[in-house]
Amino acid sequence: MSKVSMVLNGKSVSADVEDRTLLVSFIREVRGLTGTHVGCDTSQCGACVVHVDGKAVKSCTMLAAQADGADVVTLEGLANGGDLHPVQAAFREHHGLQCGFCTPGMIMSAVDMINRHGPGNLDETTIRHELEGNICRCTGYHNIVKAIKAASDQMAGMAQAAE
Amino acid sequence: MAVEGIGARALRKEDKRFITGKGRYTDDVVLPGMGFAAFVRSPHAHAKVRGIDSSAALLMPGVDAVLSGDQLVGDGIGNLICGWMIHSKDGSPMKMGGWRALEPETVRFVGQAVAVVVADTQAQARDAADAVVVDYEELPAVADPLAALDEGAPQLHPEAEGNLIYDWEIGDEAATNAAFENAAHVTRMQIQNNRLVPNPMEPRAAVASYNDGDEHYTLYTTSQNPHVARLVLSAFYNVAPEHKLRVIAPDVGGGFGSKIFIYPEEMVCLWASKRVGRPVKWVSDRTEAFLTDAHGRDHRSEAELALDADNKILGLRVKTVANIGAYMSLFSSSVPTYLYATLLSGQYDIPAIHANVKTVYTNTAPVDAYRGAGRPEATFLLERVIETAAREVGMSPADFRRKNFIKSFPHQTPVIMCYDAGDYDATLDAALKAADYDGFAARKAEAASRGKLRGIGMSCYIEACGIAPSAAVGSLGAGVGLWESAEVRVNPVGTVEVLTGSHSHGQGHETTFAQLISERFGLDTDAISIVHGDTDKVQFGMGTYGSRSGAVGMSAIVKALDKVETKAKKIAAHLMEASEADIQIEGGELKVAGTDKKLSFTEVALAAYTAHNLPEGMEPGLKEGAFYDPTNFTFPAGTYICEVEIDPETGRTEIVNFVAADDFGKVINPMIVEGQVHGGLAQGIGQALLENAAYDENGQLLTASYMDYTMPRADDVPSFNLSTHETVCPGNPLGMKGCGEAGAIGSPPAVINAITDAIGSNDLSMPASAEKVWALCKSSMRQAAE
Repeated sequence: MSKVSMVLNGKSVSADVEDRTLLVSFIREVRGLTGTHVGCDTSQCGACVVHVDGKAVKSCTMLAAQADGADVVTLEGLANGGDLHPVQAAFREHHGLQCGFCTPGMIMSAVDMINRHGPGNLDETTIRHELEGNICRCTGYHNIVKAIKAASDQMAGMAQAAE
Repeated sequence: MAVEGIGARALRKEDKRFITGKGRYTDDVVLPGMGFAAFVRSPHAHAKVRGIDSSAALLMPGVDAVLSGDQLVGDGIGNLICGWMIHSKDGSPMKMGGWRALEPETVRFVGQAVAVVVADTQAQARDAADAVVVDYEELPAVADPLAALDEGAPQLHPEAEGNLIYDWEIGDEAATNAAFENAAHVTRMQIQNNRLVPNPMEPRAAVASYNDGDEHYTLYTTSQNPHVARLVLSAFYNVAPEHKLRVIAPDVGGGFGSKIFIYPEEMVCLWASKRVGRPVKWVSDRTEAFLTDAHGRDHRSEAELALDADNKILGLRVKTVANIGAYMSLFSSSVPTYLYATLLSGQYDIPAIHANVKTVYTNTAPVDAYRGAGRPEATFLLERVIETAAREVGMSPADFRRKNFIKSFPHQTPVIMCYDAGDYDATLDAALKAADYDGFAARKAEAASRGKLRGIGMSCYIEACGIAPSAAVGSLGAGVGLWESAEVRVNPVGTVEVLTGSHSHGQGHETTFAQLISERFGLDTDAISIVHGDTDKVQFGMGTYGSRSGAVGMSAIVKALDKVETKAKKIAAHLMEASEADIQIEGGELKVAGTDKKLSFTEVALAAYTAHNLPEGMEPGLKEGAFYDPTNFTFPAGTYICEVEIDPETGRTEIVNFVAADDFGKVINPMIVEGQVHGGLAQGIGQALLENAAYDENGQLLTASYMDYTMPRADDVPSFNLSTHETVCPGNPLGMKGCGEAGAIGSPPAVINAITDAIGSNDLSMPASAEKVWALCKSSMRQAAE
């Protein structure tokens, strides 16, 4: 057993867990945040993507102990109070989800993608390439790509307006 | 929100919970005192179980119990069954072998469960399952369906001699043979439909609990049809009587057919929850899903098409061997028969068709319905043969199809189906225009100048949806009726709850169904809730598959709405002292035509419940239910055109354009319909280019994870060019046909027709991997050089 402490969605949390506990198990089972999903056993599907210290990470591929001391954000922590993050809003606006199971990972990957490339700097080819680590079986990706592009462009507009 | 009626691109009501992480799936359910199940599964494709030693496992931390098949059988739990009886052409019934949820004697596929461990945590359960020692005596196995029919092949079930389940036929054999005798040209092909794994992103799961105080079970599970699950679990598997079993299918993360069936695991969890006296959760991992979810397709066919001298089709002759796996899953027998061969006429006027289907056992996972279920197999076969015939006789594939299209409706095909409405020229024209078909030659030449091969291929599909008229399917062997139910509850404050037997696992029913009510009563969609997926809330329903939620499920809602409207108008007429015939519903109000008298919907609803002043003899309340049984299947149809560019140096295929022109009848929400098509297309393109469930000759699944089974990813598929062209379906009140499966049905032949057009070789099986395409490019180039 190890004591693991982290900031999870802005709140300090800690728990004693088995050494082999995955970060995703810590989030889902220990902390009861079930918005992060598990869709495979081989770190392929991306349903479990969260942000660890600002970077997108597959939480099934990391031990909870490795996140000790980290700042972890899950889909539940993405919205600012009642205001949806622009990527969340765009997924709804562009019908970028159907069954919703891959959606947590898709949204967290998309936010990371926009952060890395800079808002407004994503084209369709780049988005499709960047989604390599996230599998969706419902949407055929068409509307996910549209949603990410729209959110990226909207965030660029917001950044410009703020200047 | 707002009033959003039929045809509105209403944003989805259900999305908020999914985009904020508040969806509630089966794996999210936590019950007090819950334990976890892990299954002990066979590593062999075929073996006798000589003994199970659980002594070490029982001593491990947290372990409650190790349960095996002998205990299950001893407790009177019944065999898993197939609910659709098929008779062979000699009149004999299909030969169904026994399937136990935990097998005590002979395992018949890799992954079959022989025991289950229940422990305090999932990790403890899995550790203990690894410690259960099973003594197997390996037997010879067969995975290939043709090899399974060979003399001397390993035999799976004593009930099915030669591994043959049925030898079935449809159509007029003599008339079809005569058509071939008179043919000016015959096209012959061997066609394989590759085996697929459905792969909804949410793996199957179950949380079962038993309350011994009231002898009542509750099962949360990943089901497309919770009422059917309850019926089968009670009536056939004897797990619990129907009134003592509640089945809840909460948010379900995709199904694509694979979550229709009742599997061993949810049965075992229910049984085990009573045995160990605590709630039991099981969540499939992805490799378990590959090994045990019902697979799809897996047909080997010979097809022959007879043409007259004028290139009109005279007849179609088909022989198919269908692989059903090691056991007959719930609807497996219907897929390669009535859901397949009845669609072999496609969009064409074919005077004579004969199809023979032999369905066989092999040492592989059970095969059942997967998105399209039989119809993709029929469409792939027919559209490959049609395209090939057009090439052989030197006609443009479009002209050849158009020449043979069915032009008038209703049209009775030689294989049972009677098409009610359609306009196949319209969707073909729309697709040709959207694909700039006329400009293809120039694009091909331009690509050639860059050393690339361009090809264009089409597919004109038809499918049968809205499953299905109960009497019709009953006469064909179905063990259930395929109607749907609905209940419309208007609350005293005028909000509306609609209870439906349909189940949404991504289709957006909470939105589209609400649009119906919004349209009818002029209510804000926020004032409407759709309730589904819980047998304690909804009395009964047949669930969602075969694109039936619209054509059948919504039709039931329409019937219930009719009754609610009638009663509401009676109350309004009474309160406003007007004639019932003069009451109009508009903008959320009931008005007396030609006057300024009106009552809000809320006022009428409240009056129904206060019951202070109702018409003489009227019961209080405003709640009506209805059952709707369709009169016919519905027949969505369309044309898909795929354009590819191939690099002959690598064999890599890029889809440069994909056009879909569909006729789905009346569309309720175009945004959601487009989403359904996008997803279906990606699955069809996945089948054509990437996906393949491969077993080796010993029955080991070689593709049991996402490392080995190629799922379509975002950069494997293009953006799609869609359009819809409506001919109203005359068979249901809304004129809907259904859109859920079209993409997966129509796209594989379009892709393969495009690739074979590009490389000039027709001998290409799915998936058209880069390796296969590269080899064909090389041999075409060699032939050209010689």
